[in-house]
Amino acid sequence: MSPRAAWRLESLGFERVFDYEAGKTDWTGSGLPTEGEGAERPRPGMIAIPVATCRLGESVREVEKRVEDADDTMCIVVTDDDVVLGRVTLGRLRSNPDAVVDDVMTPGPTTVRYDEEIVGLTVRMQDKEVGSILVTTPAGKLIGVMYRNVAEELLGDALDEYRAHQEHHDH
Amino acid sequence: MPGSVTREELQRLVDQKGAQVVEVLPREEYDDEHIAGAIHMSLEELDEDAALVLAKDRPVVVYCNDFL
Repeated sequence: MSPRAAWRLESLGFERVFDYEAGKTDWTGSGLPTEGEGAERPRPGMIAIPVATCRLGESVREVEKRVEDADDTMCIVVTDDDVVLGRVTLGRLRSNPDAVVDDVMTPGPTTVRYDEEIVGLTVRMQDKEVGSILVTTPAGKLIGVMYRNVAEELLGDALDEYRAHQEHHDH
Repeated sequence: MPGSVTREELQRLVDQKGAQVVEVLPREEYDDEHIAGAIHMSLEELDEDAALVLAKDRPVVVYCNDFL
């Protein structure tokens, strides 16, 4: 739709016309400012909190100290551009002190976007007993970790309403 | 030929060149949520009268949901 609009404007004599092809999906997925009736709805990115990070090639001993200092239980392996590569738990770091991050990380952790629909996401996390999930931009850059208990507290009755609605649909 | 811009380029165009940002999705989608500062124009509204709403001496960036 936007390419047609761009061409149309150019044919009307506008000389500097650009198409933001990645569009609203990219903008909201990156947590950038929006306006409108739905702009304030809760999203994973809003309640995601920072988490310790490390790079490939780093020594486990160093990373373990970083995770302990940050009072975290895991570390996210990222590129220099903060793109998520993997995750490693504190337990796994402690049991492999002489390794490097590459040897102990679990590659390709599940991630959700900043603006993923949060009620359905939280219900799915409850069903699968997942306590936390990584939040990234559409390009895979780390924003933080969303903890399920924080989402549950924020959403309250909306979770029960979602389940009731789901059950109604299933029958 | 209209160029395409990334998110960062869009932000730069707005901050430095006063670019006008236009959402061309249906009105209800705009009302629900749009890029801060964007205005709404449907494809049908992009006619000769567009110059009444948009300044020709400033860049215009149009967008919909995504490239699909």
